[in-house]
Amino acid sequence: MLWETVRLALTAIIRNALRSFLTVLGVVIGVAAVIAMVTVGQGSSEQVSANVESLGTSVLILRPGAQMMGPGTRDNAPSFKLADVEALQDLSALSAVAPVVSTSETAVYGNTNRSTSITGTTSDYLEIGGWEIARGRGFSTAEDRSGANVCIIGETVRTALFGSTDPTGEKIRIKSISCEVIGLLVAKGAGSFGQDQDDLVIMPVRTVQRRLLGGQDVSSISMTVAPGVSSERAISDIKTLMRDRRRIAIGEEDDFSVNDMKELASMLNSVNSVLTGLLSSVAAVSLLVGGIGIMNIMLVSVTERTREIGIRLSVGAQASQVLMQFLVEAVVLSLLGGVIGILAGLGLAYVAAQIMEIPFSPSLDVIALAFGFSAVVGMVFGYFPARAAARLDPIEALHYQ
Amino acid sequence: MSPPLIELSGITRTYGSGEALVRALDGVDLRVEKGEFVAIMGPSGSGKSTAMNIIGCLDRPSDGQYRFNGVEVATLDQDQRALLRRHYLGFVFQGYNLLPRTTAIENVELPLIYKGQRKAERLVRAREALARVGLEGREDHTPSQLSGGQQQRVAIARALAGEPMVMLADEPTGNLDTKRSVEIMELMQELNRDAGLTIVMVTHEEDMAAYASRLVVFTDGKVVRDEAMAERGA
Repeated sequence: MLWETVRLALTAIIRNALRSFLTVLGVVIGVAAVIAMVTVGQGSSEQVSANVESLGTSVLILRPGAQMMGPGTRDNAPSFKLADVEALQDLSALSAVAPVVSTSETAVYGNTNRSTSITGTTSDYLEIGGWEIARGRGFSTAEDRSGANVCIIGETVRTALFGSTDPTGEKIRIKSISCEVIGLLVAKGAGSFGQDQDDLVIMPVRTVQRRLLGGQDVSSISMTVAPGVSSERAISDIKTLMRDRRRIAIGEEDDFSVNDMKELASMLNSVNSVLTGLLSSVAAVSLLVGGIGIMNIMLVSVTERTREIGIRLSVGAQASQVLMQFLVEAVVLSLLGGVIGILAGLGLAYVAAQIMEIPFSPSLDVIALAFGFSAVVGMVFGYFPARAAARLDPIEALHYQ
Repeated sequence: MSPPLIELSGITRTYGSGEALVRALDGVDLRVEKGEFVAIMGPSGSGKSTAMNIIGCLDRPSDGQYRFNGVEVATLDQDQRALLRRHYLGFVFQGYNLLPRTTAIENVELPLIYKGQRKAERLVRAREALARVGLEGREDHTPSQLSGGQQQRVAIARALAGEPMVMLADEPTGNLDTKRSVEIMELMQELNRDAGLTIVMVTHEEDMAAYASRLVVFTDGKVVRDEAMAERGA
């Protein structure tokens, strides 16, 4: 009889294809939305955490202007010079110091070109930024000092200009300089803001200053803290030195700022968790909407189903048999919707993860929660109206309008 | 002597309470023997359909005794009454009450499913029942593909398939034109005469009642006339 009941339920599902489809759709939308959103949110959170991890030792960035975070400088704050970099190199709290001069230029090779960002710095920059050389080599001290016409390129620039061939030893033209590619960087992928970190050309700082920008300015200075030294102490040493060098009187505010990249990253992480929370609440709303959809379909079909129940009761079905059929129907529809929803949600999240270049990290908890919620809604609203109807005298069910 | 198939004594059915109390049935006594074809008539609101529903265990009396084949029905619970319907009763309604989007043969199979018959056996029985009502070749039509008369034949086949002791028909020709009505009544008369099927039928048309062998008239919830008739066409 159980098998017969399951068969009755399956027949009813197929016979009422549109109603079944709409019910399943409600479950699918709810489950898929929650799983997709939460999975994407968690993936980007993990990405940020991974970025924080990869920073390893604390990286400090010194910029002119009192601004705490983000790019941009105050107009009235004087820029740093290479002499400041040399002074910082004498601080024992720091293990590496590199000047950074940035600009945007078009790199040309043969008849291909790529507009990219140019970073003028020294060989220490690679160590500070955690860059590794995939092919070729970094700058020699002599090249740093003399401002040689050499460059190291990122993977994106290499792909744009050279395709998959070896770029080392080739010459690319940037504005009026023809410079030799001496190294290729290992790809890093997208950064915390989703920017392409590999779209860059690194050149000796003096080359960029003299040949591209003209001037002595350094836009920022990147540093790593020496092992065993706290970043607080390093920051305080840097501030003391800089206030002295920039002749800032006691009581006056700093006209420069030192940012700890780890702090920035952890702040990003908290922004991200707020974002994940936001996504989750949007997802919860879609789950609710999906649930209401299921509920509506189930309630709207009550008129027709009550008559069906009356017919079944009048030919000798017992209330429990009718109920079991409806319960099986609701379970089958909810399970079907749940499984499709999980697959669709994970599929969406996977595609989104590929596009956003974040890790794909499905969470079993969320899958179980979304699935459980929809299943319960489907069963409750499939079951209770049927139970009310099956308790009626058959004649009431038959005459139900 | 075996007990009467249906025996109602002092059956009362009320709706509502207090001022709004309605007595649909007010002390009805009625006996139906095996093999009878009884027509129940009466004006609207006379209680004839209510009596039919109580006989069919679709509704419960407020008071009185109802014995079916010697068994007291009023004390049976919901599931036991379902079993009684399953094994002994077959229904034909004015509005056919077929499952929508469901083929004729599946509709006829329905009572057999609850009787616990196997698929193969059900198909044979359902096919036979459909043939009995003249619907060979229409097995796979859904109600929307059948005329009103054909739908009512499917309903009769469904009632027959379970091999009931009594067929209860509530205004079976109420939605049909005269020609179809006559066809349905001839079919029912044939089932009564040839197969010995006991039939209780509610109707408000005298022409249809004339096919029965006995006429019971209800007025204001009471039986006011109960007499044997010469069957039309017999």
